[in-house]
Amino acid sequence: MKRETKLTRRETLLKLIAGGGALSLAGCGLDARSPAALAVLETAEALTRTVQRALLAPRQALAREYRPEDISSYFRPNGSTAPDDPNYQDALAANFADWRLEVGGLVENELKLSLADLRALPSRTQITRHDCVEGWSCIAEWKGARLASVLAAARPKPAARFIALYCADTLEQSLDGDGQYYETIDLVDAAHPQTILAYEMNGAPLPVEHGAPLRLRVERQLGYKMAKYVMRIEAIDSFAALGRGRGGFWEDRGYEWYAGI
Amino acid sequence: MSAAERLLRPAARRVVLRHSALTRICHWINAICFFALLMSGLQIFNAHPALNFGQTTDFTKPLLSLAPNGFPAWATLPEVQDLAVGRRWHFFFAWALVVNGAVYLGDLLLRGRIRRLWPSASDLKSIPRAIMEHARLRFPKGDESLRYNVLQKLAYLGAIAAFPLLILAGLTMSPAMDSAFPWLVDLFGGRQSARAVHFLLASFLVAFVVVHLAMVVLSGPVNNIVSMITGRYRIEEEGHEA
Repeated sequence: MKRETKLTRRETLLKLIAGGGALSLAGCGLDARSPAALAVLETAEALTRTVQRALLAPRQALAREYRPEDISSYFRPNGSTAPDDPNYQDALAANFADWRLEVGGLVENELKLSLADLRALPSRTQITRHDCVEGWSCIAEWKGARLASVLAAARPKPAARFIALYCADTLEQSLDGDGQYYETIDLVDAAHPQTILAYEMNGAPLPVEHGAPLRLRVERQLGYKMAKYVMRIEAIDSFAALGRGRGGFWEDRGYEWYAGI
Repeated sequence: MSAAERLLRPAARRVVLRHSALTRICHWINAICFFALLMSGLQIFNAHPALNFGQTTDFTKPLLSLAPNGFPAWATLPEVQDLAVGRRWHFFFAWALVVNGAVYLGDLLLRGRIRRLWPSASDLKSIPRAIMEHARLRFPKGDESLRYNVLQKLAYLGAIAAFPLLILAGLTMSPAMDSAFPWLVDLFGGRQSARAVHFLLASFLVAFVVVHLAMVVLSGPVNNIVSMITGRYRIEEEGHEA
């Protein structure tokens, strides 16, 4: 009888230790960045995108627009601030006189647009808040051609599902050109009235550190979606073949393709 | 004694069913979500370790700055600096917290359980005495140990109210949510204010958890923890011979 009690106690104790060990192993061995963990965590992105898109859709909601006095006296430039690409440097030296925005991919009508061509398209001016994924915000006035107008001139084919923007800047030096900045947005955001290709910031031509001569504004998403130094736009049916296949420079490095939060 | 506090064993030591299965499940899911959100939240904070009030960031005059490194690596999830992964953890567990919290709040409100937590007028008058008793670490026995005292009621209600506000402040940092519901920005007085409120409410909840854990340990840790796992809470009778 006594022996039995002892055994039971010993068993219980061993079980407790084993249980505790398993728990602490899980605690130490759990790699918060493992592909298996990320595969599970990434399911939340689709949920967020679906819910936020559903909330935004009924009223085709616009991002808040601010008053001129709200404009930030200092707007932090982030990412590349001076692309070292020689072609870009040459274009900058010539004040982008011979620079052309290429529009191609799945379109009926390929385009090469000068800054004057872009200025001749229907424009929009908006004072909006720029939210960086890091957590800070700045407000500026942006003026640019509506992306919808550019696309209307290029006439995307029915197969087009995304718009890819290829940039002049390289944030990460690599042999395979992997560090080239690019972004993709879908047609919902491309058609949004506040989605513009901005050539002016606070009433002056776009400064180099903010993406001269042209940057994207997608006001209902975070800053990393708003590609600077845009050189070429393509209508595409999938972004699987671009970069590492996740739809953008930062997306390839783990960030969400849908950056509404 | 309420129906939920069903008498299981009448003796000097009685065992009652203190917490419903739903409360227990919600409690532990919430505990996991809280720590995942707190640690991944500190990882996200570290990407810009300063706070501001208002719409925008004044980089020269922060309200609070932990520059350049922010919180230590052991407090963040993941441990190394990785904003992208921190965000993945944060938003996954934010959804889990919202679903779990909705189930808990629904139970609390629809089934009237919140009455157990709502302080009465006499409760509020007894605040000074309750503080004195807590300071002396004197905890009630018998049936009295089943009732929440006024400090517990206020602390639990405060924590329960902090969560929805914390979530709203978090959502106000989302540019898409601000477009869908512009009043969110006005509610907090700007996106950066919302970020500061999100941080301050999280700090309040950390303080709540610290006091909560201290009270669990001081007022009979085994009995408390067992009751939150199995629901069974052991009562020590006062001046009652077995």
